[in-house]
Amino acid sequence: MSEEKKVLIEVDHLKKYFDINVGLFKTKPLKAVDDVSFTINRGETLGLVGESGCGKTTVGRTLLHLYKPTAGEVIYDGKPIRTKADLKEYRTKATMVFQDPYSSLNPRMTVSDIIGEPIDVHKLYATAAERQDKILELMAKVGLNSEHASRYAHEFSGGQRQRIGIARALAVNPEFIVCDEPVSALDVSIQAQVINMFGELQEELGLTYLFVAHDLLVVRHISDRIAVMYLGRMVELADAEEIHDHPLHPYTKSLLSAIPIPDPKIARANQRIVLHGDIPSPLNAPSGCPFRTRCRYATPACAESMPEFKEVSKGHFVACHRVAEIND
Amino acid sequence: MALLEVKDLHTSFFTDAGEVKAVNGVSFFLERGKVLGIVGESGSGKSVTAYSIMQILASTGKIVGGSIKLDGEELVGAGEKKMKTVRGNKVSIIFQDPMTSLNPTYTIGAQLCEAILLHTDRNKEQAQARAVEMLRLVNVNEPEKRMKQYPHELSGGMRQRVMIAMALACEPDILIADEPTTALDVTIQAQILELMRDLQRELGMAIIMITHDLGVVAQMCDEVVVMYAGSICEQGTADEIFYNPKHEYTKGLLRSIPSVSTLGQKLRPITGTPIDLLNMPEGCPFAPRCAAAMKICITEHAPAVMVNDEHRAACWMCIKEGIENGTISVEKPENTQKGSDVK
Repeated sequence: MSEEKKVLIEVDHLKKYFDINVGLFKTKPLKAVDDVSFTINRGETLGLVGESGCGKTTVGRTLLHLYKPTAGEVIYDGKPIRTKADLKEYRTKATMVFQDPYSSLNPRMTVSDIIGEPIDVHKLYATAAERQDKILELMAKVGLNSEHASRYAHEFSGGQRQRIGIARALAVNPEFIVCDEPVSALDVSIQAQVINMFGELQEELGLTYLFVAHDLLVVRHISDRIAVMYLGRMVELADAEEIHDHPLHPYTKSLLSAIPIPDPKIARANQRIVLHGDIPSPLNAPSGCPFRTRCRYATPACAESMPEFKEVSKGHFVACHRVAEIND
Repeated sequence: MALLEVKDLHTSFFTDAGEVKAVNGVSFFLERGKVLGIVGESGSGKSVTAYSIMQILASTGKIVGGSIKLDGEELVGAGEKKMKTVRGNKVSIIFQDPMTSLNPTYTIGAQLCEAILLHTDRNKEQAQARAVEMLRLVNVNEPEKRMKQYPHELSGGMRQRVMIAMALACEPDILIADEPTTALDVTIQAQILELMRDLQRELGMAIIMITHDLGVVAQMCDEVVVMYAGSICEQGTADEIFYNPKHEYTKGLLRSIPSVSTLGQKLRPITGTPIDLLNMPEGCPFAPRCAAAMKICITEHAPAVMVNDEHRAACWMCIKEGIENGTISVEKPENTQKGSDVK
């Protein structure tokens, strides 16, 4: 998988605006995702990080056409997703694991029905016995006992529920899974179990992941490359190691320095770059560079134009006007 | 004398399904001006310990045993009247979710003034002035304007600042912070933690920091208590807990976090799931998940023993090691007694 670096998914100038009511008859576009382009290679894990409201979940959902893109295109394995037939086929290849293992499982369905639903929808079985076998096989794959099949979601702990969600995502034999904060609702010890499982499944099935999360330690552990978003835009994208050792965008730098490291000596020595202020509302995004209101390097020029998302070294993309000056 | 002394605290919830022993024999000390971290996963009893100190348990919850001494005064069984003089004045608490812990129908100013009027003998104007002063202290910009705003008009980080301002308005000796940054983004979390650390130095109060995030503990705490299923596994200085963990649970917890040294490797998680508090095992609560569990772990709960002057652990492995090294004599009960008294 790793020898060929074949692009599986290409996201081309993707935009997703939501219309928000601002008056009785007036709406205003909320630019949740604004002109984002990137690619994901086959077999790799792309981590997508950012703070709440930066549009990372919207990217994941728009990528799967759970939201209809306002503009831009998703090209999967060389084929753009345009018609309903394209979409139907796409849905058997790309699936999703959701953040909240409590609300993403139907409380009225048994585990086998939850996992079986995608198999039913796409008619992936010939006989009832085959369907049942498939469900049990999926359950075994994620470490659930076969006797759990007839139980309901509320009978399980958070970690086990997330396993059910993962089994459901695997039901159509996908190649690509969007994992939207799959471990952030779990306890540390359970989180590690689920992270390992993602790794094992990737090895076994050759999966490609888009791993959306806000926990940078987790993202670094699991990702090959990492993309950082801020206010609907991508500000930096590079190899996981590169972005941790040589972050270029001032936002990435502050984000990395804000991680509480579980080591008292390092934590005491850590020179934190504390950002001032809050993230601006995406309804009233600042002009020019979206980060300039919190950036300590901002100049008046930053307010004038949007910085271009460009490749500064091989595979390292960054959107900052002053990237060359501030990283000298 | 320690500022706060919790000794053998037992708190239970009496539910239809039976008695849930949420806190099961917890003892610790808190010195003036120190930051104590209580870490554990959901259901470990860390929040219930805090609520027991404040005596703000849900109606089904009850302190069934032990003692909580604040400045030498016993709080268990002290009665509601006494507790009203403690809450807010001597011990304050901030909660995890700044969205739900502020009243949406009152302005920020009204809520801040309520706390000040209730606990001090300031008049309305003085309370107003104090509220503005407190907002300024926690770095809320334009405090006069914020006083007239409602919680929904503020961001999450701003609301948590207001909660901190409210908690500190009456200059408590102890601030209990129950997962104060869990609901916040990492850059906002960094702001709030820094603010708490600064205020702690400035005002000299003690903080009990309840969290599941070992990173937050490493950054904030002098002393650490690790809890599992209602009991303390291990307690000691932050350096001892992080660099010299003795309890198998603490070791497992530290191994579960991804870090630079785990890059390219698999994590080594603790297997199994947390135990059901309704069906507690007889011995060590962690034994069913412990890779190093011995026969005795299943039948008997290990007493806490001193690892060194700054470190105590309740693990049979640790006792075994101690006996082998000759640091612990075989008369365990006596040692235990001593263990829980020394600090």
